Amino acid sequence: MEMELTQKTLKSAFVKKIAEESDQNVYLCYQCRKCAAGCPVTYETDYTPFQIIQGVIYGQEELVLNSKMIWLCTTCETCTTRCPQEIDIARVMDAARIIAQREGVKAKYPVVPAFFQTSLQNIRWFGRLYEIGLIMMLKLRTREFTKDMGLGIRMFLKRKLKLTPKPTTLREVRRIFKKIKEIEEAD
Amino acid sequence: MRYAYYPGCSLHSTAFEFDLSMREVLERLGIEYEELRGWICCGTSPAHCSSKLLGITLPIKNLAIAEADGFRQMIVPCASCFSRFKIALYETKENPELKQKVDQILNYTYQGRVEVRHPLDLFYNEVGLKRIREAVHENLSRMKVVCYYGCLLTRPPKAVDFDSCEYPMTMDHLLKACGIEVLDWSYKTDCCGAGQALALTDVVLKLSRDILVNAKEVGAEAVAVACPLCHSNLDARQREIEQTYKLSLNLPIFYFSQLIALAMGVKEKRIGLKGHLVSPLPLLKKIKSPSSPTRLSRR
Repeated sequence: MEMELTQKTLKSAFVKKIAEESDQNVYLCYQCRKCAAGCPVTYETDYTPFQIIQGVIYGQEELVLNSKMIWLCTTCETCTTRCPQEIDIARVMDAARIIAQREGVKAKYPVVPAFFQTSLQNIRWFGRLYEIGLIMMLKLRTREFTKDMGLGIRMFLKRKLKLTPKPTTLREVRRIFKKIKEIEEAD
Repeated sequence: MRYAYYPGCSLHSTAFEFDLSMREVLERLGIEYEELRGWICCGTSPAHCSSKLLGITLPIKNLAIAEADGFRQMIVPCASCFSRFKIALYETKENPELKQKVDQILNYTYQGRVEVRHPLDLFYNEVGLKRIREAVHENLSRMKVVCYYGCLLTRPPKAVDFDSCEYPMTMDHLLKACGIEVLDWSYKTDCCGAGQALALTDVVLKLSRDILVNAKEVGAEAVAVACPLCHSNLDARQREIEQTYKLSLNLPIFYFSQLIALAMGVKEKRIGLKGHLVSPLPLLKKIKSPSSPTRLSRR
């Protein structure tokens, strides 16, 4: 992609947003590409973790938030572990996902944020993950009703999936979720 | 020392056999523990991928319960929970402003009195290999196993500070002390696809296939794991992997605690072996058959 390097592209609002969410200084990147070499999902991605970091540096908000990479990421932390400049790249990925979800950017793999949101709703309701509830809720969102049905039944028969949730300290969990939402909306 | 025990959501459901076998081993080793009262989910990936505060606050909430109950150490067997706890502790230590926000949300000032321990670390560094060897009663020397640590036990090293991040050996040493033949291989800390299982299943099938194929290539008959997500990707999805990639694997996946329990002579039915989708029972029968040439040769 051709681009003009100016004060505006190098000190963009986007790089500030990422820094706020991730507490990371992406300018430390000296382009060794170890993060890209170690990433397990580069076989499937459009941009590597290295290119995402460069995208942030050059203020390419659209490129980063519309990339496959930020949703393919398995949060395995290999990039963070191997970065010689100690940039926590996994947290930069977290930051990009947080911003994309907050700003309602349509994800390249919509099922991934749908999974996040469904899981969090599930935790807010029950205090702990209730797997059958999570799977049903995810199916309602994604409309993929037959996916993993056979596996789900086999796991249920092995007693790996419990039929009913075991709710715990619900009032406190809901209070925590509510308080965090208030703080995040005020910021 | 009395330990708090944080099972996490998985050990109460998809990984119930991890829970059963862990409790058996803790009891055999005389480690006193108590399940943390009113524990809540650590938030796992959906929390830290969606909100910086949530991913940190949920683990600290559990530590606050442990601290208020007077515990100084907490055992966290699930690698994913373990990593979230360690990261929450690291981030709040590095960032006082964040710590202040978390305390404000919880209406509790967490003093940092509770140390988070993974059972591998506890068994290796506190109990020690000598005591483990003394507790072994069954001969498992015919079983060839590779140890799969996955991502989150050792990464990121700045936060978890557990063994070597690229080439850990703790589980290898422990299983060797149990008399098991442990093989070297290349995928100890590679990612199985983790939490993408329900969302991007194809990615999980590919990454888990690579791991299982390498295990098979070095001659392993089983894989030992320490994470409920790794277990469900490698065990429950194994048939799907075989079908997708036209392979025959048939590799039983054990939790390391199941293997330690077996070596200690805990009855098979007490550690949930029937909960596996790839049955480990034929392998156990094979290694225990009287025709086995090396039986009882070791001890």
